[in-house]
Amino acid sequence: MTAVAAPAPVARGTGLVGTGALVRLALRRDRVMLPVWLGVQFLLAAGSASSVKGLYATDASREAFAATAGNNPATVAMYGPSTDLATLGGLATWKLGVYGAALLALMSIFTLVRHTRGDEEPGRLELVCAGVVGRYAALTAGVIVALAANLVAVPVVGVGLMSGGIAASGAFAFGFAVAAAGFVFTGIAAVTAQLTEASRAANGMAAATLAAAYLLRAVGDTTHQVSFLSWISPLGWTLQVRAFAAHPHFWVLGLALVATAVLLTTGYALSGHRDIGAGLVPPRPGPAVGGPLLRSPLALAWRLSRGLLLGWAVAFVAVSAALGSVAAGIADFASTAQVRDMITKLGGEQNLVDAYLSFAMSAAGILAAVYATQTVLRLRTEETSLRAEPLLATRVGRIRWAASHLAVAAVGVVGLLALGGVVAGLAHGLRTHDVGGQVPRLLAAGLVQAPAALLVAAIAMFLIGVLPRLSTAAWAVLGAFLLLGEFGGLFKLNQRVLDVSPFTHTPRLPGADVTATPIVALLLVAVVLTAAGLIGLRRRDIG
Amino acid sequence: MSDAISVTGLFKSFGRTKALDGLDLHVKTGEVHGFLGPNGAGKSTTIRILLGLLRADGGTASLLGGDPWRDATTLHRRLAYVPGDVNLWPTLTGGEVIDLLGRLRGGLDPKRRAELLDRFDLDPRKKGRSYSKGNRQKVALVAALASDVELLVLDEPTSGLDPLMEEVFRDCVAEERRGGRTVLLSSHILAEVEALCDRVSIIRGGRTVETGTLAELRHLTRTSVSAELAGPVDGVAAMPGVYDLVADGNRLTCEVDTARLDELLRRLTTVGVRSLTSQPPTLEQLFLRHYEADRPAVSA
Ligand SMILES: Nc1ncnc2c1ncn2[C@@H]1O[C@H](COP(=O)(O)OP(=O)(O)OP(=O)(O)O)[C@@H](O)[C@H]1O
Ligand SMILES: [Mg+2]
Repeated sequence: MTAVAAPAPVARGTGLVGTGALVRLALRRDRVMLPVWLGVQFLLAAGSASSVKGLYATDASREAFAATAGNNPATVAMYGPSTDLATLGGLATWKLGVYGAALLALMSIFTLVRHTRGDEEPGRLELVCAGVVGRYAALTAGVIVALAANLVAVPVVGVGLMSGGIAASGAFAFGFAVAAAGFVFTGIAAVTAQLTEASRAANGMAAATLAAAYLLRAVGDTTHQVSFLSWISPLGWTLQVRAFAAHPHFWVLGLALVATAVLLTTGYALSGHRDIGAGLVPPRPGPAVGGPLLRSPLALAWRLSRGLLLGWAVAFVAVSAALGSVAAGIADFASTAQVRDMITKLGGEQNLVDAYLSFAMSAAGILAAVYATQTVLRLRTEETSLRAEPLLATRVGRIRWAASHLAVAAVGVVGLLALGGVVAGLAHGLRTHDVGGQVPRLLAAGLVQAPAALLVAAIAMFLIGVLPRLSTAAWAVLGAFLLLGEFGGLFKLNQRVLDVSPFTHTPRLPGADVTATPIVALLLVAVVLTAAGLIGLRRRDIG
Repeated sequence: MSDAISVTGLFKSFGRTKALDGLDLHVKTGEVHGFLGPNGAGKSTTIRILLGLLRADGGTASLLGGDPWRDATTLHRRLAYVPGDVNLWPTLTGGEVIDLLGRLRGGLDPKRRAELLDRFDLDPRKKGRSYSKGNRQKVALVAALASDVELLVLDEPTSGLDPLMEEVFRDCVAEERRGGRTVLLSSHILAEVEALCDRVSIIRGGRTVETGTLAELRHLTRTSVSAELAGPVDGVAAMPGVYDLVADGNRLTCEVDTARLDELLRRLTTVGVRSLTSQPPTLEQLFLRHYEADRPAVSA
């Protein structure tokens, strides 16, 4: 990094002047966040390796695991191909592949956008660019910091796995495989950061690409006819490296590097063609008067959030249609006679399909929680950007203002999940000639996810009201819930700890029995947290 | 006349920063009251407390006869606010913001809205972020001025306006006053304050240091006097209220507390005055004295 930080002897015309100073500024501002991201990687790697070593020490035990979980399309959809589960490293990193790569991708997206569009939006970058700083300096600094963080992740993950007894070669190969995803998403964020004026939208577009990448490989990994889908997904590449196979496919890393180079070039080209502060899509004039409905804080909250909700609705339809339409064929996945036998013992194909659909619906529940968090946190953005001030200086009270955004979040959560359920039910029902039966079944499976998502929204509201400066910790809480759900069992955490995550309590529909207790309890906690947040908001200073 | 705003001994701190330290402010109904002070003096903080956005740590504040914290929403029907930093929603047009804020305040007069848009030369069809700073300010001004309210709270409303628009703003405030509205105007533009304000309060370090009409404030400051006398005069240096005396033969220049000008002139006429110029303090001098009072360079 010091080589970069030294005052570069470049001519002013190159547009890179001042990159070193910006890199140092970025590293200073990220001195807490980047170590946290990387620390989580280390913990997951070390924890997975050591717990797998304890649980599946013998070849036989690993082969038994591979025969069951490795042939279950639902788990393969979640974590990827089960080809190397018989090796210690392959088993230890089965979950870690997708999740480690996705975490590094998120780290890269947030880091890049924060130091480019995030600075540009409030005009801060103008201050910097007016100094002796080239026009590509900010983008370059963001790219350097993000890529460097991913490079650091390689030994972090490698050493983490080695600490759990995994051989160095495989451990480092795996480290490169996950970092490759971080590289590609640095490139994707470099493109989305040029496309819109708002850093929020730049983050959102890049994160949506990540979700699409996950989905593409989930479908590709479980459906032979479309297995090429795994190959157009950057997350798929991480898994295709097959770090623990006898001969890992290192050439896949080259694919990721080429993709990164192409994306970065595109980002630079786009950035060279626009003005500081502007997006590529020029703003158009709008109505000169407010429509008759624009007369309440609820109308404003809707106006501000409807674009986001619409985007999510499109995503929900796409995800549900895709997962719903492949569900029926999922049983073909397990093709050997021995496996078929096992499936029958496990309760037949119906169970397998239900498990797959239930995976799809719980993914929808998590996405709904992401939407809800985004929408509720808008309250805080409105406040810190001083846009709430003139609003609260009218006869709109704080509670009414906050309730408007909460209402949009809650209605959105329920609406998105219902939409996802109905679309998945239609897609699955059309294939199984049981539309009438599947639509209500999957609608219920979608709606049952709502309480956990609403609880996450309530946590965001609680933070905004009571600990406003820590509002964005709502994301960390959501992330912790997800990691608890995925890795808590593997790490043999106490059930009490697992119970902290609201997603633990969501009934696994379709297929499982539903009891009212967890649903009522989740909703009750959500109401209490929301109320506490609103009371806090009423008592504290605004700003 | 009753007070539209009455603040006594207001305290507010943010962590270790003391923003307000026993501030007093009294704004009479129907007057335009200038609210002045150096950067960071606590003007915006006071205004935010008056709007119920911040909660005071101590002291009393009443606004239009109510408690700004407890009765916030009912009081807000009767006032309009223009913040110093106007941030607009990026996806809403200026016209939509004006209508939304006006409606949330309890309705706005469409005729007045159209007239103001015309006078301020503002295009209401642009989206939030495509406005320049001055134009964002105009959006907030039109939204506030088009509402039928008793009190206007304006926090540096003209920052970023060009001189032409500044003129329009002054006309509008003058009209508001004629219409019987009360205006609290925080500003750094002294000409604007001089043109508009009936009374001013100057604050520094969270405390009120001076309050009154501009004439009264002038009276509290020094006048520069330079005179050519018929002969030498002594004892002037020892007179209370005389500063910076330079006596050069028959010529004399000094600064004198305006309240003591009378005494000085009486002394000078005992020798005989050939010529005399006396200059009341400019507004700048007046404020600079208050703004910089505790800076050593100035007190010397
Ligand atoms: N939310 C806050 N948190 C911490 N400190 C604050 C906050 N708001 C204001 N302050 C501090 O309180 C003091 C008064 O600030 P205020 O904004 O009221 O000044 P002002 O008179 O409006 O100044 P200006 O003329 O620059 O607008 C300053 O020292 C400021 O740093
Ligand atoms: Mg201020």
